[in-house]
Amino acid sequence: MILFQLFSAFFKIGLFTLGGGYAMLALIQQEIVRYGWMTPQEFVDVVGIAEVTPGPIAVNAATFVGFRTAGVQGALVATGAVVLPSLISVMIVSRVWARYKNSHIVQNMFAGIRPVVVGLVGAAAVLVGLATFRSLSSGIHGLYTLVLGGLTFYGVAFRKWDPIKVLVGAALIGLIVYR
Amino acid sequence: MEKRSTYSRLFTVFFRIGLFTFGGGFAMLPLIEKEIVDVHGWARRDEILDIFALAQSVPGAIGVNTAVFIGLRLRGLLGAMAALLGVVTPSIAIILVIARLFSQFQSNLHLLRAFSGVKAAVVGLIAAAAWRAGKNGVVDRFGLLVVGVAFLLSAFAIIPIIWVIVLGGLGGILHYRRKEGVQ
Repeated sequence: MILFQLFSAFFKIGLFTLGGGYAMLALIQQEIVRYGWMTPQEFVDVVGIAEVTPGPIAVNAATFVGFRTAGVQGALVATGAVVLPSLISVMIVSRVWARYKNSHIVQNMFAGIRPVVVGLVGAAAVLVGLATFRSLSSGIHGLYTLVLGGLTFYGVAFRKWDPIKVLVGAALIGLIVYR
Repeated sequence: MEKRSTYSRLFTVFFRIGLFTFGGGFAMLPLIEKEIVDVHGWARRDEILDIFALAQSVPGAIGVNTAVFIGLRLRGLLGAMAALLGVVTPSIAIILVIARLFSQFQSNLHLLRAFSGVKAAVVGLIAAAAWRAGKNGVVDRFGLLVVGVAFLLSAFAIIPIIWVIVLGGLGGILHYRRKEGVQ
């Protein structure tokens, strides 16, 4: 029964998440509270964990909530449920896309959508940047944060640095400088 | 033989992408672009931006959707499953460990410091994603205008992101049709 509830809750969460994981956190909270799976304080922990561990936030949250409520089985069911809408909807959309992507109207549509993506990612950079700087700006730490962020931007945007090496390097530098 | 190696490559590439995604889907865009376009040639540079746009326009997390998209394109449903398993496996493994040891994890100073470095770099990664998308996706003054409007609508959370994308698509259809009509 609880597995079924986990499945239906996380399927719904996957289905109604558009435009990135942060939007889905509010929905996840709503569902978790509805079923009484966690207290609000525990949910704050979930968000914290989902943010500091690698992987899509939705997947991390599903695995964590599933595990807390019904063990490993619960983790697998919740995670499977949260990605199932992706599988279905991408299958439909990619078929339509493959068929019509060379049509005039779809090409014009994407000519309008591409700059939207640029604006959305730019806005995310500013918002995440402000939040990060607020949490890491005391004294000299603010300078380190600016340098690390700026150097990453320069290297990845203009120098073709490997993002994985940059992240590992940033973790090592963070270990040393954020005291 | 050739097919099997594509499945395992899809799995490992998206495993790597899942393992190094911090702070939401946007930060992973430069990594996906590098792996998919530069290293494996699974999509052209001008296609990858459209794939990102589609991945954002359908339900689900961006990283998961991109994985399914690329997997489907290369090897159909089984390819999609291989890529999907790859992108979620690191999350599942790491979260299952952390769910047991959360309190120690939360108070480990070394981990917190290392993660502060990662957070700072993530900002740069997202900014780089915006810059590279802009280089490929903005070709005229109309595009520049759309970037500005989309930025404001989303930065101030004026309307849901999906509507910003729909508006951009409609704008593109109307604007470029009119231009074609003039020529």
